[in-house]
Amino acid sequence: MTADRIEKIVTLRAPRERVWQALTDAKKFGAWFGAELDGPFVAGQRVTGRIVPTKVDPETAKHQEPYRGLQVEWWIERIEPMTVFSFQWHPFAIEPGVDYSAEPTTLVEFELGDASGGTSLRITESGFDRIPLERRARAFAANEGGWAKQTELIATYLAL
Amino acid sequence: MRRSSSLAADKLVEAAPVFAALGDATRLRIVARLCLAGPQSIVRLTDGGRVTRQAVTKHLHALAEAGLVRSTREGRERIWAIDPHRLAAANRWLEQISKQWDDTIDRLRAFVETDD
Repeated sequence: MTADRIEKIVTLRAPRERVWQALTDAKKFGAWFGAELDGPFVAGQRVTGRIVPTKVDPETAKHQEPYRGLQVEWWIERIEPMTVFSFQWHPFAIEPGVDYSAEPTTLVEFELGDASGGTSLRITESGFDRIPLERRARAFAANEGGWAKQTELIATYLAL
Repeated sequence: MRRSSSLAADKLVEAAPVFAALGDATRLRIVARLCLAGPQSIVRLTDGGRVTRQAVTKHLHALAEAGLVRSTREGRERIWAIDPHRLAAANRWLEQISKQWDDTIDRLRAFVETDD
């Protein structure tokens, strides 16, 4: 119940400048992430866009395809050159026709550093405690391959 | 579904009753209300809602069976509360989001580590 954040630390075998560009250039971000954004990332400003399957991984692109065109809305917080990029968004906002605007957001932060042979990247997403329990359960149900569905599959498998 | 991942399967089966119990709108509302407003009696849980006391009682027992809520007697009333231990299982949605970040990092890696 106390797990309010997710943290990932990785080393990327690429120059820091390149990683920074991939994160903060909205076009580049969209290309790998799987989105088309309507404008550049500007600290303190909102940016809208929509899901467009990623160009870097056909497998993921296939999973994103059903969500093509789904609206996204991010609020850019910090852009500190080569160091920190952060924004707020609605986690798991993948149910078509649902208005998430009144719901709490989580904060996504990317922190860059030097590492031998490349760039260290720390990603944190925090603020999950604020997300209503109902939304969490619905997110499970809505997520393809989510718990509800997998449980069903296993239940079928075990019943054989 | 990979049949080899039997440990994951065990975990899923263990979590199944939790999600089955949460898979009903009224029960979700009851859980949400107990989370937000804290322990309370059936009378207060029924207050302001359109669901009858009998129905709420039935749902509470279903939730209790899944280990999501528990009750204690206070005088003539039974007070219902969230059982945080079991609810932690429902919190595994964070694992799902965590997994999504792993996939997201894979895509970023593919993007920045490939020469163009």
